[in-house]
Amino acid sequence: MSETLLSVRNLSVAYPGRSGVTHALRNASFTLGRERLGIVGESGSGKTTAGRAILGLIPKPGIVMADELSFAGEPLLNRSESDWRKLRGRRMSMIMQDPKYSLNPVQRIGQQISETCRLHLGSTRKDAEQRSLAMLEAVKIRDPELVYNQYPHQLSGGMGQRAMIAMMLVAEPDLLIADEPTSALDVTVQNDVLRILDDLVTERGMGLIFISHNLTIVSSFCDRVLIMYGGKIMEECAADDLKKARHPYTRALVAAAPSLDEPRAELATVVRDPAWLA
Amino acid sequence: MAGMIDVNDLHVTFQNGGKPVRAVQGVSFSVGDGESFGIVGESGSGKSTVLKAIAGLIPSESAGLLVNGKPVSARRAKEDRRQLQFVFQDPYASLHPRQTVDDVLREPLIIHGIGERDEKIVGAIAEVGLSPQHRFRYPHQLSGGQRQRVAIARALILRPPILLLDEPTSALDVSVQAEILNLISRLRKSHRLTIILVSHDLGVVAHLCSRIAIMQLGRLVEIVEANSLRTGQVRQDYTRRLIAASRGFTRMTG
Repeated sequence: MSETLLSVRNLSVAYPGRSGVTHALRNASFTLGRERLGIVGESGSGKTTAGRAILGLIPKPGIVMADELSFAGEPLLNRSESDWRKLRGRRMSMIMQDPKYSLNPVQRIGQQISETCRLHLGSTRKDAEQRSLAMLEAVKIRDPELVYNQYPHQLSGGMGQRAMIAMMLVAEPDLLIADEPTSALDVTVQNDVLRILDDLVTERGMGLIFISHNLTIVSSFCDRVLIMYGGKIMEECAADDLKKARHPYTRALVAAAPSLDEPRAELATVVRDPAWLA
Repeated sequence: MAGMIDVNDLHVTFQNGGKPVRAVQGVSFSVGDGESFGIVGESGSGKSTVLKAIAGLIPSESAGLLVNGKPVSARRAKEDRRQLQFVFQDPYASLHPRQTVDDVLREPLIIHGIGERDEKIVGAIAEVGLSPQHRFRYPHQLSGGQRQRVAIARALILRPPILLLDEPTSALDVSVQAEILNLISRLRKSHRLTIILVSHDLGVVAHLCSRIAIMQLGRLVEIVEANSLRTGQVRQDYTRRLIAASRGFTRMTG
């Protein structure tokens, strides 16, 4: 791991509610270099919350607290909205799960990508168009000019997700948070999208946080993995070692997934220990 | 092998704005008594459409569709409907939000004029691993896994010989998926069920089924044994690609 891009120490997110405070994220600490960091967990484990907190996207009345939350040496806590706008989209971006809900349905794909260029890079109209077309090509879209002029509903799921990735990457951010970027896609398309992300990390030296519930993908794609449960990080391990993980929760998750290679008569079920959250 | 379900040259065509869309084209297979048969494919492959056609939920054309050795017509008789029951993907959408678990389980018994309803409802709830206190709950008071258990209880309360499952665990977390898959394999044995399971997850299908049909773009690519899927001894390239993709990401070397 080279330089530290993102440094998180004791990050917590809480939502006050009528029946008390909900702790969505509890004292999460990790660092990210120019590498692929996976975050896995089941629904409600706080993995998406962690991603959103880093980007300052926790909606009110949510409370974000941390001993340290810094990006390239600059603190991220208590920034103003206009400050955030300079950072988000330009230096850090997020890819959401479903392109259907993240692209503007009444704008052509090209317009949406060019807008990013003009807003963040101050590109001229012509320059923005060229950058966008080049980016669409970079995400392996076969006919960039056609897609540039299409509306989101005219694209398939895989194409839409590529267009989203192109939009997030056109400003060449240093940090990309991908929240279940392939979960809505077919398996054969999944690998194409992962390959695009992989190239970006290797070629541009981007830092990638890859949020997913899919252990197979995370262990085969990432360098390191954080395993989350109930808003807490249960353990951190090298992605290759996921099958040799020590924490009982990680081991239970691995055993619960039906695998092509290791057939079992009965799948192991996850027994949860309240002590994990203590 | 006594055929519990025989599908011969099945075709399903939808109309989309005047244009015909051929969702299923010439699919044929046979599922034996007590067998568990899987169908895998990507979105748009027609795998769910085949299942719905077997259940008579959508109109279809074929050179013969036999359920329990008997040809079934487009409009199913009540007796035919009792032969097979369906479990859907989304337990949130497949239960009526204003009906309690008791209502959900009572309705099929009323429709088919079956007596001793209370006993049967209590039995069905216990059978799927829910506790008696769940009987008068509404769907919103249950978790996703519990709802899917209710859907399975509703399907089995008529004691059908055949259970059709359409992505029964895709909306669930992996730990809950394990519980539901274990429940399905336990019930399959105790009820001697014939099962057709549709899923996009090769791991799930290979876990539960002995023979698996691979579908692509409305056509049947091939039918393989679960073991061949594990060892990769398959004939078609498409099947090989699916297997490789489901094993996770492979980094190009060199």
